[in-house]
Amino acid sequence: MPGLANTVKGLWSLIVGLGVTGVEFFRPQLTVHYPRKEVDNLATYRGHIDLVARDDDPLTPRCIVCRKCVAACPSGCIAIESRLVGVEPSGDARELSLAPGLIVTGSHAAPPPRQKIRREVASFNLNYNLCSLCGLCVQTCPVDSLAFSREVYLCGSSRADFEFELLERLRRRAAAGGQRAA
Amino acid sequence: MTLTEIINHPLTRLVLGLVLILVFVGVNGLILVWMERKVVGFIQRRPGPYEVGPHGILQSLVDGVKLIAKQLVTPRGADRFLFWLGPMLSVTPVVICFLPIPFSPALTAMDVNLGLLLILAFSSVNVLALCAAGWGSNNKYALIGAARAVSQSVAYEIPLLLSVLCIAFQTGSLSLSAIAQGQSQGVLSWNLWVQPLAFVIFFISATAETNRAPFDLPEAESELTAGFHTEYSGMGFGLFFLAEYTYMIVVCSVATALFLGAHDGPFLPGPWWFVLKVYALILALMWFRWTFPRVRFDQLLNLCWKWLIPLGLVNLLATALVLKLVE
Repeated sequence: MPGLANTVKGLWSLIVGLGVTGVEFFRPQLTVHYPRKEVDNLATYRGHIDLVARDDDPLTPRCIVCRKCVAACPSGCIAIESRLVGVEPSGDARELSLAPGLIVTGSHAAPPPRQKIRREVASFNLNYNLCSLCGLCVQTCPVDSLAFSREVYLCGSSRADFEFELLERLRRRAAAGGQRAA
Repeated sequence: MTLTEIINHPLTRLVLGLVLILVFVGVNGLILVWMERKVVGFIQRRPGPYEVGPHGILQSLVDGVKLIAKQLVTPRGADRFLFWLGPMLSVTPVVICFLPIPFSPALTAMDVNLGLLLILAFSSVNVLALCAAGWGSNNKYALIGAARAVSQSVAYEIPLLLSVLCIAFQTGSLSLSAIAQGQSQGVLSWNLWVQPLAFVIFFISATAETNRAPFDLPEAESELTAGFHTEYSGMGFGLFFLAEYTYMIVVCSVATALFLGAHDGPFLPGPWWFVLKVYALILALMWFRWTFPRVRFDQLLNLCWKWLIPLGLVNLLATALVLKLVE
């Protein structure tokens, strides 16, 4: 009698189901009564991006102005202005090796001298109105200079309120003490 | 005519009973909607309505105000008469269904000796209301919902009657008060112990008759938008909603009176026990709703025609046989 066995099995499954929901009924709730209670799981919150400061200097971002984030951003919401800090000869930079017979060193077609060009951020503009929070900029940054902020209570009444200058934010944060975004 | 005579007059009693029933129906509708939402909340481990009043107790009242304030729209091409007859017809007979329910020997609005028949007859009117609403809406979802409601109701009325008949055979009466009196000698005198199969059949059929999940095919949201009440706005929908919850009380009251000893119980006065048992059954209905997924239509009818009706018939025959042998 496979039909009867199936029926008994089916009926038993109904009781099992009732048991599951019955147990869940008495277990504690998972909902946070939000305005009355604070949420504490902000470690994984992905807010807008923020600059991360250097370990030795809380006022300077780690950013090396490679502009990979600008290239990676699909919404085009990042704009970086930089200034040249200096050109210094570098011992560890490898010389470009070109065929020595073709190009004479010192001629106008010769490769540039071995040197390191250092730039620093003059302003790092984020237009948060356009951002889709994909996080590609954070992923591509080679020096981990970008991180998601944990600013949950972000509100504003105009578009201009969401156009951030991140360098300024970094300095303000450093002045306020403590480095929240990391 | 003295005051006592006026109060004891059947007509006064009937009018008083009707007024009390209307109050009971309204208040119960509010409480049950709140209770249902709380139950589903707890089962899904969230608080349910919480903001309006302490623990959201006033939520359904506020929802009711919202429904009353909404505009009543009649869709183009609808049968205006049938469309508005539907919701009214679904609520009105409910009030009559409460008349013979024995909350206690004294607290029975109208003690008729055919009370059970009265309830069964008038609760079937609901199907007609759903049918009128579905047909009058001029909407394919509503029409399919109505067709489902009718075939489901026709099918499940049979096992319902078969299980009720077992009790009627056994007690030799169709009066709910008499049936309740018969089981007032403690827990062991309840009909549940004599007719467990009839109780199970009755409860399953009652779930189907009240269109409750897992048998809520007439209003299956995922397939039919809202089934027969797709086109109703405001209190048109509100009345169907009220009727659904009131029918839940009716079937659970009948189940209590037939199987669970009605107002029988220790310590507390009778009516409290009655209401307590009714609410326990309703809680079980809600528990079913948020546990079991909706059945398919063929499964629904298979369950009825292949299982409940044969089992009900066997149970009825066995009851008749045993009664004959005992005599």
